[in-house]
Amino acid sequence: MKLSQVRDLLDAVVLSGESHLEEEVHSGFGCDLMSDVLCFAREDAILLTGLVNKQVLNTADMANMNSIIFVRDKMPSQEMIDMARERNLLVMSTKYILFECCGILYSNGLKGAHLR
Amino acid sequence: MSYELVFDVKRGDFDTAGEASRKIKRTLQQLGVANKVIRKVSIAGYEGEMNLAIHSSGGRIVLQVGEEELVLTIEDVGPGIANIDLAMTAGWSTAGDEVRQMGFGAGMGLPNMKNNADSFEISSKIGEGTKIVMKFFV
Repeated sequence: MKLSQVRDLLDAVVLSGESHLEEEVHSGFGCDLMSDVLCFAREDAILLTGLVNKQVLNTADMANMNSIIFVRDKMPSQEMIDMARERNLLVMSTKYILFECCGILYSNGLKGAHLR
Repeated sequence: MSYELVFDVKRGDFDTAGEASRKIKRTLQQLGVANKVIRKVSIAGYEGEMNLAIHSSGGRIVLQVGEEELVLTIEDVGPGIANIDLAMTAGWSTAGDEVRQMGFGAGMGLPNMKNNADSFEISSKIGEGTKIVMKFFV
């Protein structure tokens, strides 16, 4: 599905990287543990997390994951948004909890991005 | 070796941790290295950079770019690892709560570095420091 559809399904606010919205995405990885994202996530997947700090952006960037969705109404700081813009990362925020986000996206065809 | 990049990493500086890995990734992209290799170097480098910020008394990351391989050396000035086998065990970590709240300290860093590198060597001496040398075939 397109990232714009992800935004619509999750009723998410786009904070940076709007140019990615017309790109396709096929899988997602939901996790608050960045160590596990670095170990187990496939590239080009959406990262869904309730953890909000700069290292989330670094993790996504290093793992070639260009879209990040902050769940549970978590909002990154302006500094983080600026950092995401500089790195051309799509960042969104949604009111849904992680479980709901994963359920909504999975039932609409997105797969788990497990590296195996 | 035709090219070398050197970055110093300070202990506990989580505001700038990740900068060295970002610069390494961008450099490799500019050099036209294959995406698959860049991802491995980026992840291993970032794990190493976070380890320096979390565990070491300060250290240095050196990337040497050769025609056939990339060599990533991560070296610190202490405190050293008492039991390397234990440190290499997935899930084992001495990281504190602050680090865990940041999403790290799960004890996956060293094993993940080894998994991503084509060769991995680690040596350590208590009171002196730890040195990790990783090679990635281009």
